[in-house]
Amino acid sequence: MSKLFSGAEIVFKCLEDQDVEFIFGYPGGAVLPIYDELKNFNFLKHILVRHEQGAGHAAEGYARSSGKPGVLLVTSGPGATNAVTALTDAYMDSVPLVCISGQVPTHLIGTDAFQECDTTGITRPCTKHNWLVKDVKDLEKTIHKAFEVATTGRPGPVLVDIPKDVQFQKTNYKKFKSQKKTNGKIHNHFSQKDIDELIKLMSKASKPIFYTGGGVINSGPKASELLRELVNTTGFPITSTLQGLGSFPGEDVQFLGMLGMHGSYEANNAMHDCDLMINIGARFDDRITGKIDEFSPKSKKVHIDIDPSSINKNVKVDLPIVGDVAKVITTILKTIKKEKPNFSKSNKQKISKWWETIQKWRSINSFDFVNSDKTIKPQYAIQRLYELTKNKDTYITTEVGQHQMWAAQHYKFDKPNRWMTSGGLGTMGYGLPAAVGVQVAHPNKLVVDIAGEASVLMTMQEMSTAVQYSLPIKIFILNNEYMGMVRQWQELLHDKNYSESYTAALPDFVKLAEAYGCVGIRAQTPEELDDKIIEMINTDRPVIFDCRVDKMENCFPMIPSGKPHNQMLLGPKDQKENKITGKGKTLV
Amino acid sequence: MSKSKSAYSIPGKQGKLGTHIIVVWVDNETGVLARVVGLFSGRGYNIESLAVAEIDPKLNISRITIVTTGSPQVIEQIKLQLKKLVPVHKVADFKREDKKVIFKEMALFKIVGNKSKKIKALKACKKYNPIILDKTNKSYVIQITALRREIDLMSKNLKKFGLLSISRTGAVAMTRGSEVFK
Repeated sequence: MSKLFSGAEIVFKCLEDQDVEFIFGYPGGAVLPIYDELKNFNFLKHILVRHEQGAGHAAEGYARSSGKPGVLLVTSGPGATNAVTALTDAYMDSVPLVCISGQVPTHLIGTDAFQECDTTGITRPCTKHNWLVKDVKDLEKTIHKAFEVATTGRPGPVLVDIPKDVQFQKTNYKKFKSQKKTNGKIHNHFSQKDIDELIKLMSKASKPIFYTGGGVINSGPKASELLRELVNTTGFPITSTLQGLGSFPGEDVQFLGMLGMHGSYEANNAMHDCDLMINIGARFDDRITGKIDEFSPKSKKVHIDIDPSSINKNVKVDLPIVGDVAKVITTILKTIKKEKPNFSKSNKQKISKWWETIQKWRSINSFDFVNSDKTIKPQYAIQRLYELTKNKDTYITTEVGQHQMWAAQHYKFDKPNRWMTSGGLGTMGYGLPAAVGVQVAHPNKLVVDIAGEASVLMTMQEMSTAVQYSLPIKIFILNNEYMGMVRQWQELLHDKNYSESYTAALPDFVKLAEAYGCVGIRAQTPEELDDKIIEMINTDRPVIFDCRVDKMENCFPMIPSGKPHNQMLLGPKDQKENKITGKGKTLV
Repeated sequence: MSKSKSAYSIPGKQGKLGTHIIVVWVDNETGVLARVVGLFSGRGYNIESLAVAEIDPKLNISRITIVTTGSPQVIEQIKLQLKKLVPVHKVADFKREDKKVIFKEMALFKIVGNKSKKIKALKACKKYNPIILDKTNKSYVIQITALRREIDLMSKNLKKFGLLSISRTGAVAMTRGSEVFK
C-alpha cells in the first residue's frame, strides 16, 4: 500500500508540484497542522507578515513583479477577513493569488465556533472562485484546480478553505501531471477574419491610437516585446493606462504618456479626436473614459481582451477580438508582414498630419509644474528619484493618492513588471507590503515604494517584516501631512472645506524607522534632496525616507468628473490656465 | 448642466429594457446558487423569478432558470459574467416574446368556500390545465400551469371565489421542436 499523507502534508506536496517558492502567512489555531509541517518541506520559504492584509499585498507584489502566482496562508475568522481587502484588490487588478485559509473543524461549521466565519461566503464576490474542502480526498485536486483558475484566462485571486480536521485526515497523493491548459473558461477564439478586419481598419485610419493596459503585462514579457514591434511597424501613437505602464518604453517618442483623469493632455486629446482606437488589454474604466456619452465620439473602436465580459461592458466597440494579447499581436504582425510588407511606409504619409496635431498638444507640456528652490515640490522629488535610479532596473510600488499619480506621470518605465500599484480598488496601504513581496522575488534589485504619509501608516507594521528578512525596501514618503487627493478634491469641489483630511499628529518617521530597526532619512530642501536620495539608494537596509514636500500642491492635469477627454484642467503654469481653470471650476 | 460634486461620472443613456429568460446549466455543488444569485445582486441585475433543480443526477447537473429585465447591454453582460463562473457549463438566453420557446409557471391556489364558489373557481381555471390536488368539504387546492401574466390574472380573479393562499414557482423554459440548446 502506498504511503498516506495528512491534509497538511498534501498542501505542501501540491505547492511543491506547483513550483511555489515563497508563501506569505500568519499562523493561528485553525492552520496549526499546516504550520506544523512547514519544517519538513525545504523547497518553501515562509515569510511571516504582521497582518494578513500585508500577506495579501506582499503576495500581489510578488506575483506582479515575477509573473508567478502569489500564495498566502491565513487562519480562520479574522485571518481570512483581514485578507479580504487584498483579495478584492487582486480581483480588481487581475493578479493571480492563491489564498489558503484554515477553517474550524467540519463538525463545528455553522455553530458560531471560536474564530469561525463563513469564509467562502465572504470571499465569493472577491475571488474568481473558492472552495471549502470537506473531504481530504478532494484536497489535492482542489488545490491544483485553484492554481489553474488563478493563473489562466484573466488572472485573479482564488481561495481554498481547509477545515482543521481535514488537515489531519490522511489519504494518498497522486503525482501531479502538469496538463496542457485547455479549460473551457479560457478564451482564444479570435479568427483570422477578425485580424484581417483590424488591418483593414488600420490601413484606412488617418488618426489612429493604441490604448494599452494591464492585459499586456499579464500576457507576459513576450507581449510587451510584440507590442513594441507592432507600434514600431505601424508608426501609430500609443498611450497606456495606469496598469499598463512599462509595457512600452516611457521615454519613446511614440509614447504619449498615461491617459485618463490625471493623464497627459496629448494622450487624452488624441483619445478624444482619434478615428481608430485600438484597445489592447484595457477595460474602459471610468477613470479612463470620463463621460461615457462623449467618449471618443468619432472613432471606430477595436477591443483586444482575454475576458469576453470586458467587451461592451462600458463602451460599445466595433470590433471585439477575444484572445490573449501576445497571441493576437503575433497574428497581427504575421498578417501585416505577409499582406502589407510596405505598411509602415505607405502609412507614414497618411498619419503625418495626426502627428503634427499631437505635437501641438504635446508642446503644452501638461505634466509641468512650478518648481521652487525653497520647498520640495512632490513632482520634483519624483523626477529626481527617477533620474537617480533609472539606470538601476528599479521596481516601483505605490500607495494610493496624489503621490501615485505623480509617480505615474513622472517616473518613466521601460520594462514590464516594474510598476506595482493598486489601480482598480485604490487600496491605501498597498505599496509597503507590495514592496516586501517584490523584494522577496528580486532580492538584489532596488525596490522603492513611492508613498504618501497617510497611506503608508495603514500598513506600516510590515516594516517589521522587511527588517526580519533583511529586505532592503525603500519607503519614499512624499510627506505633505494631508490626505493629498482628498484635500485636492475638497479644494476644487467642496469650497476648501478640508474636512478631516489633515493628520495633526504624525509620527516622526525618522525615529519610527529607528524603532523598527531600519534607517530613517529626512529631506527638507530641494538642495539636499539629491544627496539624501543617493544616501537612500546606497543603504543596503530598509529605509524610511521622509521627504517633506509642498503641502498645497495639486495634481494636474485633471479631467473633472462627468467631463469628456477634451475638457481638461491644466496646471497653474500653463498660458491658457486662467481661461480653462476659470471655466473649468464652474464645470467641476 | 448641474454642478457635480462627485469624483464619478454622471450616468449615461440607458438602452431599452427587455424581459429575458436566462437558462444556466451548472454543476450541482455547494454554494452554486449563491454564486449565481450573488452575481446578480452584486452587479445590480434584477431577478423577477428563479427556478432551480437538479436535472441530471448522474452528471450532477442543475438547471437554473432566471427571468430578468435589462437593456440589451446588461443582458449581454449577464450572460458573459455567468459564463465566467467556474461551475457554469452553458448559458442560454431567450426573449420573453420568442415564439420558438415555451415558458411555463406553476401555481397552487387554496380556495376556501361553499361548493358553488369552489366549482366557479375551478371553472375559471379551465384554460390552464387545472388539477385538484386536495379537496375537503370547505376547500380545494388547485394546481394550474400557465404564463406569468395569466397566473397574475387568475390570482386576482379568484379572490371573489375564496382564494386564501397562493404558492407559485418561477418560470421554466424549453425550446420547441426537436432541437436542443447547445
